[in-house]
Amino acid sequence: MTPLTPLAALSGPDVAWYLIVAAILFSIGTLGVLVRRSPLIVLLSLEIMLNAANLALISFARLHGGHDGQIFALAVMAVAASEVVVGLGLIVAIARKRLDLDVDRLRVLRG
Amino acid sequence: MGSLLVWVVWVGAAFACLGSGVAVISFTNPFYSALALIGNLGSLAVLYLLASAEFLAAAQVLVYAGAVMVMFLFVIAYLGDAAGVPFGGGPSWVAVGAIVASAAILVEVVVAIGLKAGNSLSNEADVEAAFGSPGEIGRLFLTDHLLAFEITSIVLLIAAVGGVILGTQTRSERELDAQEPTA
Repeated sequence: MTPLTPLAALSGPDVAWYLIVAAILFSIGTLGVLVRRSPLIVLLSLEIMLNAANLALISFARLHGGHDGQIFALAVMAVAASEVVVGLGLIVAIARKRLDLDVDRLRVLRG
Repeated sequence: MGSLLVWVVWVGAAFACLGSGVAVISFTNPFYSALALIGNLGSLAVLYLLASAEFLAAAQVLVYAGAVMVMFLFVIAYLGDAAGVPFGGGPSWVAVGAIVASAAILVEVVVAIGLKAGNSLSNEADVEAAFGSPGEIGRLFLTDHLLAFEITSIVLLIAAVGGVILGTQTRSERELDAQEPTA
């Protein structure tokens, strides 16, 4: 039985292509944050932006052959998870106060 | 042959990733947006795998597409009709400005990376087969990046405490619930 070819040995697209995908994904996320009114969709768009940054980190790690970028991407993942917890907690708290879930109408920070 | 297969998988994953990204921001119903984001995260995991980040691809599926998205879907289900908000807001020049701004970010990123690293992007370093494997990442987390690892755990703990505090009902909310028992 022949051993499996390691993924790293297969020649795929250049790192530049990964970075282009990451840049397009980031601007899609930016558009979502700027255009949409629902705080839930704004959070989802933030996730897209964080993941685009992760993709860039991982492709740079591949470019330089070091693991630091991947470690950083894991830290970003943990921060994203924390952000979702706090963001969803805020959305639920806003909904329980019977306020509109609309980022254009939530202007007052007082509870 | 292997190279062609890699290209086909890569192009498929990249288009799935971008298409589901557009879907996330264009659905009116947040439930469909969350489902599209799961597709987005899955296809990103394929891209991670092709960039030899095996452990991160697995973590992406487990942490994001699994845990985080389930939490999103629970909250969307809890909110019910309250989650449905009209698509965009404000006058149309706001939408046009947003599109211009995000296109400007795209151009800026591409130009900045192209100017800084345009020539060196095609000479990838040679990596061994264990690159990005759970063993390597785990060894680095417990040696070189121990501080980052510990700080990450503290950040997660603080987020959990914050979630509990935000989720606790205050007295005014209990009175609000008593007035409207339907909610």
